[in-house]
Amino acid sequence: MDLKDLYREVILDHNRSPRLFGRLEPADSSADGHNPLCGDRLHLSLRMEGDRVADLRFEGKGCAISVASASLMCEAVKGKPRAEIAHLFEEVHEVLTKHDAPIPDDLGKLAALSGVREFPMRVKCASLSWHTLNAALAHDAAPVKTE
Amino acid sequence: MNARAQAAPAPYDIARIHGEFPILRREVNGKPLVYLDSAASSQRPESVIAAVDDYETRHHANVHRGVHKLSQEATDLFERARERVRAYVNAPSTRGVIFTRGTTEAINLVAQSYGRPRLKAGDEILLTALEHHANIVPWQLVAQQTGAVVKAVPMDERGVVSLDAFAAHLNARTKIVACAHVSNALGTVLPVADIVKLAHACGAVVLIDGAQAVPHQRVDVRALDCDFYAFSAHKMYGPTGIGALIGRESLLDAMPPWQGGGDMILTVTFEKTTFNELPFKFEAGTPNISGAVGFAAAADFIESIGIEAIHAHEQRLLGIATRRLEAIPGLRIIGTAPDKAAVISFTLDGIHPHDLGTILDSEGVAVRTGHHCAMPVMEYFNVPATARASFACYSRESDIDALVTALAKAREVFA
Repeated sequence: MDLKDLYREVILDHNRSPRLFGRLEPADSSADGHNPLCGDRLHLSLRMEGDRVADLRFEGKGCAISVASASLMCEAVKGKPRAEIAHLFEEVHEVLTKHDAPIPDDLGKLAALSGVREFPMRVKCASLSWHTLNAALAHDAAPVKTE
Repeated sequence: MNARAQAAPAPYDIARIHGEFPILRREVNGKPLVYLDSAASSQRPESVIAAVDDYETRHHANVHRGVHKLSQEATDLFERARERVRAYVNAPSTRGVIFTRGTTEAINLVAQSYGRPRLKAGDEILLTALEHHANIVPWQLVAQQTGAVVKAVPMDERGVVSLDAFAAHLNARTKIVACAHVSNALGTVLPVADIVKLAHACGAVVLIDGAQAVPHQRVDVRALDCDFYAFSAHKMYGPTGIGALIGRESLLDAMPPWQGGGDMILTVTFEKTTFNELPFKFEAGTPNISGAVGFAAAADFIESIGIEAIHAHEQRLLGIATRRLEAIPGLRIIGTAPDKAAVISFTLDGIHPHDLGTILDSEGVAVRTGHHCAMPVMEYFNVPATARASFACYSRESDIDALVTALAKAREVFA
């Protein structure tokens, strides 16, 4: 287990200066994530255009892994349709939890999270933002937009 | 040897004491283990491991049941353990020493068996702001069941709960006062003897959560004059899953059983059951016998060193660690009460406690990170979590060096 594998430069950078940090008002959907074990809290707000996440923001407090994961996720899913986001979520989940899962090429910067799998106690920190995104998308799945 | 030399206290033999804990010889992540999480659970010395092993290997059978030899031996060991635990906290009689799964179960027992039948709507249960969840949630449950109200005496920015604040919150409606002897998250030692006096003057009964006190200082429940005192073996070098409730006999006698089963009865027919006498009335089912044996061995271990000697050793380390940590830029110690157990909660600017915990672990240094089951405390200090280093009889000055070095490493990673 190597710390450098966990705290890669991309992770430290996104922790220091999180992208898409803040809150969309008004938002089409939002969700709160909470990791009671470490006290991490996350608020995610989405603006949808049909099937696509047109824009999103996150805010909250947490460890470097949870902040960087949320920041990387927001960058990665912005503008993407639901199906593609669901696919990305599956890939990220595999990479976080399966010790020797290959790292898919289309993960891009999200691949920086792969070091987390050597630190089982930290997987929840990295997956909090993704679960929160799923919750926000599920809210939105109800008959929302009529226009 | 002259009389003067004989009178001098033996020096604290830290190398020997540290050497009695086999787990402390292992490595973690390629580094020698530096265990600074004893407030969560302490490690066990060889004598405790051997006592449990001897029981399992040679004496195990069910207690208070068979007439055969092993049942007799197991019963003797179990009841001798009760006597050992009684003596450890100077309780008046083994009738008032109830074995439980731990502090949490002991508090739940009092909430349900003492509190629930007596509390009425509007009665008050008085806690403090620094309680562990184990001394909050059982009272909230019984409050929901009875209409009683849970109140908390506030603390100040050092983590001190003053007697004045206590007095201001006590009134004729206060029926139960439940407070920690020592705060797990902050280390604060509460003036429990004075709290008991104030509470008794108002007619309230007092439960003290002693989980964090028993490993660090002499506890004398008779001197404290408290009504209930709860603690766990695993915080004082004993096994997990065993603890004790020390209760005032007159109160315990009047309380109904809280769980039904074997061992807690005298006679059972389908029409009527008569309950066993104290303490068995509160010990339904086969107890944790090996745990009790280990509990007693843990008390023996502490007394073999001397609790006063352990206290002095830990206080010395607390002083050194406090000074060394205070000197680190951006480090904030949470909990600065003048009277503290050897527990230091802290935050480091720009590094979340969870990241600190992982980096320290990579250096072999085990600290607790999180809210320490005291979320109201975290809220008061406006931090989501802290890192916490806690010391025990086996902690060494070099453990503090390792902690400080590992914190510097954390700064490096996050530079």
